[in-house]
Amino acid sequence: MKSDSIKETLKEPLITFQKVTKIYGKGQAAMDALRGIDLTIYEGEFLAIMGPSGSGKSTFLNILGCLDTATTGCYIFKGVEVSKLSRRQRALLRRHFIGFVFQGYNLLNRTTALENVEMPLLYRRVSTVERHRRALAALEIVGLKGWENHTPSELSGGQQQRVAIARAIVTEPAVLLADEPTGNLDTTRSREIMDLLTALNQDKKITIVMVTHEPDMASYANRIINFRDGLVASDKMNRRQ
Amino acid sequence: MFWNIILLALREMRRNTLRSLLTILGIVIGVAAVIIMVTIGEGATLQVRQQIASMGSNLLMISPGKRLGPGLSSGNVPFKQADAEAITKNVSSVVAAAPVSSQSIKAIFGNQNWSTQVTGTDNNYIRITNRTIKSGREFSESELHSGAAVCIIGETVRKKLFGGQEALGERIRLEKISCEVIGLLEEKGQSTMGMDQDDIVIVPLSTFQRRISGNQDVALIHVSIKEGASSERVKQEITLLLRERRHLSANDEDNFHIMDTKEIAKMLTGTTQLLTALLSAVAAVSLLVGGIGIMNIMLVSVTERTREIGIRLAIGALEHEVLWQFLAEAVVLSSFGGLIGIVLAVVSSLWLADFLKVPFVFNPTITVIAFLFSSAVGVIFGYFPARKAARLNPIEALRYE
Repeated sequence: MKSDSIKETLKEPLITFQKVTKIYGKGQAAMDALRGIDLTIYEGEFLAIMGPSGSGKSTFLNILGCLDTATTGCYIFKGVEVSKLSRRQRALLRRHFIGFVFQGYNLLNRTTALENVEMPLLYRRVSTVERHRRALAALEIVGLKGWENHTPSELSGGQQQRVAIARAIVTEPAVLLADEPTGNLDTTRSREIMDLLTALNQDKKITIVMVTHEPDMASYANRIINFRDGLVASDKMNRRQ
Repeated sequence: MFWNIILLALREMRRNTLRSLLTILGIVIGVAAVIIMVTIGEGATLQVRQQIASMGSNLLMISPGKRLGPGLSSGNVPFKQADAEAITKNVSSVVAAAPVSSQSIKAIFGNQNWSTQVTGTDNNYIRITNRTIKSGREFSESELHSGAAVCIIGETVRKKLFGGQEALGERIRLEKISCEVIGLLEEKGQSTMGMDQDDIVIVPLSTFQRRISGNQDVALIHVSIKEGASSERVKQEITLLLRERRHLSANDEDNFHIMDTKEIAKMLTGTTQLLTALLSAVAAVSLLVGGIGIMNIMLVSVTERTREIGIRLAIGALEHEVLWQFLAEAVVLSSFGGLIGIVLAVVSSLWLADFLKVPFVFNPTITVIAFLFSSAVGVIFGYFPARKAARLNPIEALRYE
């Protein structure tokens, strides 16, 4: 599959980065995390971002997720220039369009799986009944039917990550951002999580951007981008295994 | 959303039950202390009022000397019986005036003895001070004139000297005289100053003067005035009359003092109210300290839950939503403390009122104020930690270990 043909089938660009840079600190201590990223992500893609530590992939994901802002350059999400949005507007953008999955799961302790999944809907002012229904459905999708009332400490790492994925997809986001989602899991559990993400991408048409440093995991994606020293070193299509 | 925030706060409280209880202890004690102080203080004030009302509402007390109170200091010209008679005769609106002299004397009956207050006066005294004869009779005119050895005794004296025995008709010894008991006074209980008003033996004034004090002096004059009459006017008239009778020139100051019940009431309730206000202020400070305790715990909680805040912010919670969440927690905590404090206050004031023998006066206003104040403490001291939480950088908060 050629890159051009994908662009034809997935015509709508979801995310556009134009010469995005990010500089931490000032003066002598200034550090360039991103040195001019040009990138376009289309709806329905499954991206894997790879690269050694310090190559800027986490910074990229933070900017993509509207948690951080670019120093210069232009980031357009669904036609909106995010660089110009306020902190509040970016929070609303996250609320309505972005789902996060972290390496450390980041679930609320002493809170049941169901309540964890319901949380993003709470901020969306979804009614109690509807919230309940959608959270249960999301948990069923990630294969945790029957585990709704367990707290994170009663779940295995793989199960916790499934809860986190359910929490990310319960709002039906435009893009799911995953930061080393398998970083804390063994190979078998990692494969299960990757299969789940692949299924979500194919069946639910959710756009996924995943940061990983494991080539095995990256191979599940259909586009692999390598970062090096704050720049895109390579951008290749990938035939799924 | 509002309800959700409250539910969330309650759940957070339940997660850390012990810590939550310790946190609100300051508020509990503060609210309880304020309400108890006010309740007991108002009970005491009411008691003072009731006792003053039982003294007789239109009572004037005339004492020699400039100073307040019934104390007789040397150098003051005492009154005579004729002064009381003159007041009754010459001042309008006066119902009765009773000359009073008293002395502490040991009363003896059989092998029982009891130190008591022996008061020399006339029948008017019994009426003016709102007392009644339970059994027996008042003094007769001839007894009053001749200085007969008769007495009317209070319940305490009867109990101490006679126990279960019949007292009427018996003779008790007061110093050198032997007095026949002709009447028993109805019980009256403790006075405002904490004195037992039933610990009393009344004898005719002439008897007292001739056989006990040995002079013609009268220590006090009790005057009762007509219902509805202006006590100010009566006081003026009495002042004029007494100045003339005591031969004071225009430049001399009064060498006597007239107190009315209103004045006594004002003095006594004033003291109680001042004390109540003072103690309540101290209690209010403990409420403030309780608030600082809440702020302290909320700050710890924000630090502990940095990651949670990071997750919420990443998921799309707005700053003000996180602020409200933590503010709600502080307010729920402090209001809960306020509620417990109110319950504690009602229970302990009931007990204390019973123990101190003051009436229990429930004051809904102070209860509501104390509760609102405790919630306000939550808002004020919860705001700073809540703002700190809301302003966290989500990326750093997520990385926080």
